Amino acid sequence: MSEENETPAAEPGGEHSSAELSTADEAVHEAHGGVVAGEARRGMFGAGDAGDTSGFGGLNLPAHVPQPTARPYGGWFDAFTDELVAAMAEKGLPADAVRQVTIDRGEITFYLRREQLLPMCRLLRDDPALRFELLSSVSGVDYGVDVPMRLHSVYHLLSMTYRRRIRLEVALDIDDAHVPSVVEVYPTADWHERETWDMFGIVYDGHPALTRILMPDDWDGHPQRKDYPLGGIPVEYKGAEIPPPDQRRTYS
Amino acid sequence: MTTTDDPYAATSRDTTEGRVYTVTGGDWESLVDDAQHDERIVINMGPQHPSTHGVLRLVLELEGETVTQARSVIGYLHTGIEKNCEYRTWTQGVTFVTRMDYLAPLHNETAYCLAVEKLLGIEAPRRAQVVRVLLMELNRISSHLVAIATGGMELGALTGMTAGFREREEVLHLLEHLTGLRMNHAFVRPGGLAQDLPADAPEKVRDFLKVMHKRLPDYDRLLTGQPIWQKRLKGVGYLPLDGCLALGVTGPILRAAGLPWDLRKVDPYCGYQEYDFEVPTSTDADCFARFLLRLDEIRISLGLVEQAMKKLEPGPVMVDDAKIAWPAQLALGADGLGNSLEHIRKIMSQSMESLIHHFKLVTEGFRVPAGQVYVPIESPRGELGYHLVSGGGTRPSRVHVLDPSFVNLQSMPAMCEGSMVADVIAAVASIDPVMGGVDR
Repeated sequence: MSEENETPAAEPGGEHSSAELSTADEAVHEAHGGVVAGEARRGMFGAGDAGDTSGFGGLNLPAHVPQPTARPYGGWFDAFTDELVAAMAEKGLPADAVRQVTIDRGEITFYLRREQLLPMCRLLRDDPALRFELLSSVSGVDYGVDVPMRLHSVYHLLSMTYRRRIRLEVALDIDDAHVPSVVEVYPTADWHERETWDMFGIVYDGHPALTRILMPDDWDGHPQRKDYPLGGIPVEYKGAEIPPPDQRRTYS
Repeated sequence: MTTTDDPYAATSRDTTEGRVYTVTGGDWESLVDDAQHDERIVINMGPQHPSTHGVLRLVLELEGETVTQARSVIGYLHTGIEKNCEYRTWTQGVTFVTRMDYLAPLHNETAYCLAVEKLLGIEAPRRAQVVRVLLMELNRISSHLVAIATGGMELGALTGMTAGFREREEVLHLLEHLTGLRMNHAFVRPGGLAQDLPADAPEKVRDFLKVMHKRLPDYDRLLTGQPIWQKRLKGVGYLPLDGCLALGVTGPILRAAGLPWDLRKVDPYCGYQEYDFEVPTSTDADCFARFLLRLDEIRISLGLVEQAMKKLEPGPVMVDDAKIAWPAQLALGADGLGNSLEHIRKIMSQSMESLIHHFKLVTEGFRVPAGQVYVPIESPRGELGYHLVSGGGTRPSRVHVLDPSFVNLQSMPAMCEGSMVADVIAAVASIDPVMGGVDR
């Protein structure tokens, strides 16, 4: 990266080149203590328009931040991570390509820098000690409007040789939702990435034909984003309408 | 634009890519006169076509009768189930996921519930696990029967279809007796099952096994040895192992290419490690190998059903945690299935706390600690994975379903390009995509 002299105060979401972005991304994550994977919640029952009758109005739940796991990880994770670090050094990939490692519920997640996603995938597939032959799934996750770097592109890799599964995750800013396509490494990612583009508006740079796949070609918007407008149900009585599901009272 | 008085006549218009004809039927002569010097034809097959295995649209570029390029267009059955799940409680999600791959509803329910259970850090009781295996294997039988039946119909073997659907009906009758519904059961729930099996389940399952053991050899007599069936399938839709891995293909297609990869064996769930079964493979990697493999898997599933019946011991079918387990036990009353009268009596006249608890759990649901999991299981079509993300609330933040039909359908061009139009039908039938799962 050549942006060492760039100001680290670059505004997230402002005008900047993608080379500049990793610094800005870093600042966003630093400010929130890591990758934010959840929305903060206030109160309960979604009632903010009247007096606090529920008594839960002061309730304040912070957003979920998956904690980095410290060594030793236990199980096969340690041996695997050693192999990975060695392979990365051999290929000349920077050690900070992996921003964070989280082990939760017996599953290991590598939070990657997006510039390193493609070389990392190639390494994971080709290195004889790693051998992740199969890309099981690519899915997008939108953590909600108030979350910094709210869009995540999540990859589930499977090594049939070693019978291991890992998860790669790249966090993206909504105003610069670009991530390199992994189709050239895993051709199966073709439709997965088209679906994620269709549903979340994540642009996979380098994809051979990034078009909509489930929604009609001329559709506006990306339906699985949390701020995508949902329709209500009209009721034929005094112009009333059942509000869309995201505006109804909820218990969550 | 040229039109005549004949409403069925071919029309044509000039575009930047050459002359495009619109043919509606009965007017081939006028078309052929005009177009006989241009060999390249792009035809659109589906989405409403009896041989495309559902609302699948195939765009085929032909040279003569040879397919030079094939692409599939999907999305005609997209219903936004993943998004819908985000506005329902974790328990209600079961009723949505069961409607995706509608030929394997119990696999979808089980995979979803296993994922929710992993997020919660709980495990369903043993009896529930055994019943899940029992139901999933019955479901695998019915799904493979439909694959063979509709595949037969698409290739013109109509007796194969009537036979396949007849046996599938037997499975559906049995599933209706066991779970209450033929399809879309919503019987598997986070933490266990909606209710226990009926008392006469063992007899019914035994009767079914007897019927299936008698009728399964019929498929060999009807299809396997038949010369036309063999000629239509052998050497058609070839996809070798490296192609499968690159395209992410799993399930019978992968095993027909020679890799004994079955998640029931290599990554057991629901106690599959206790069952004794083999993973059939083949190295032919063609449609015929896949057909034989599905027949073999039906036979193996029958064995697994038998083993599951032997393991079925009395016990609870829901976790012993009042904060998760559904508060009421369902019971059959004079007006159908509903909350048991005993439970109604308790919450309506004896215990206010029970009423509050029932109300809270049913309307609000239970909270699931924040985090994410990916749980794969072996569905009849391959790896069915659920990627669930919880924000810590009573509803999922994200439900992503990796449906094997969606992934496997990507291999259609690799199997079809360079072959005849008729072989496209055989290849698509051997992939066995279920459009409800592809489009979700």
